[in-house]
Amino acid sequence: MKIRFTLNREPVEIEAEPNLLVADLLRDRLGLTGTHVGCDTSQCGACVVHLDGKPVKSCTLLAPALDGAVLLTIEGLTGPGANRLHPMQKAFHEHHGLQCGFCTPGMVMTAVAFAEANPSPSDGEVRHALEGNICRCTGYQNIVASVIAGAAAMHAPSAGE
Amino acid sequence: MKAFDYLKPDAVPAAVGALAANPDAKLLAGGMTLLPTMKQRLAEPAALIDLAGIAGLKGITLDGDTLTIGAMTPHAEVAASATVAAAIPALAALAGGIGDPAVRNRGTIGGSLANCDPSADYPAAVLGLGATVITDRREIAADDFFLGLFETALEADELITAVRFPRPLRAGYAKFKSPASRYALVGVFVAETVAGVRVAVTGAAASVFRAPAFEAALAADFTPGAVAGLSVDAADLNADIHAEASYRAHLVTVMAKRAVAAALE
Repeated sequence: MKIRFTLNREPVEIEAEPNLLVADLLRDRLGLTGTHVGCDTSQCGACVVHLDGKPVKSCTLLAPALDGAVLLTIEGLTGPGANRLHPMQKAFHEHHGLQCGFCTPGMVMTAVAFAEANPSPSDGEVRHALEGNICRCTGYQNIVASVIAGAAAMHAPSAGE
Repeated sequence: MKAFDYLKPDAVPAAVGALAANPDAKLLAGGMTLLPTMKQRLAEPAALIDLAGIAGLKGITLDGDTLTIGAMTPHAEVAASATVAAAIPALAALAGGIGDPAVRNRGTIGGSLANCDPSADYPAAVLGLGATVITDRREIAADDFFLGLFETALEADELITAVRFPRPLRAGYAKFKSPASRYALVGVFVAETVAGVRVAVTGAAASVFRAPAFEAALAADFTPGAVAGLSVDAADLNADIHAEASYRAHLVTVMAKRAVAAALE
């Protein structure tokens, strides 16, 4: 079937079987390997992308759900141009919110959507928001610190993204 | 995942007709249970009938003391709804504790009820509030809807269109959740309504059930202390790697106390 959608601000048209998962579409067919598949059972959150502005798990989303929708992946978080970081990515960098980095794309996508509505979240609110994102390295302390700092940076007057 | 035919009807009669014509088809709501089940090949439907194209199945309305939630309304919308928060805050809180944010953006109330997972949250609210499940052909009282493990009163080709909740005088929900899945090891929904007190328990047994002894005690005295000395019979409860039946029975009492406390806040 034909599926038309907006991917990272660009119109896309693909031909796909309806049982194609969005995570596989992104990684295997479109070469966008920033979206990771960790558990493939919608537990770990490494595959989180934004569908019409809302974080969803792309390993548990059929490609037909994209038809007419707006999809944003970690690659599209900043506009065009090399080596640019979104304020949330910068916060993860500055606060060492990762070790191996496998879960980080999903963490960042979840955090960005959360922080858009929560400019100054508490530690507890961040932990509740990250319940669907699993990190097996860090113990979460620096991730929580990163999200709090990233949320503040996203809402700072100078945030240019 | 095996191949399937994909249908996306734009109206309820077309969806029901497609389901009736193809007994091996499944309705697709948010897919938060169905798609993982298909990936594990525990389900291999010949066709999926995607309900996302039916606009009338989504939305929240309050008419007097009756709150109606469309079957395809995602948990996140219920959790964030000012209408739900004003009418039945315990219901908004329950929806905000299902799964995780990404799951709440896809999973729907209709899908949760039709699936009837023994550990799901929504069945506790529907039974605890004495809600009515509205389908394409009839209205089913909550007391008649939940029949057993993954089993409801729905016919094979029947489609939930909405759920109607009466506004309670007060209500509360408390669950002891699995830290991995956020499913309820035990969840208790308590509601004081004009028709009396209702207590519904999820996670503990094959299906959500009411606790009459708890209801009678709370009808006489709506305080956490009123149920502190009560317990449900562990003989009928689930036992698995997460919790023994006796522990679940203990949790029912503890969660009932917490639910009453939440209702009194």
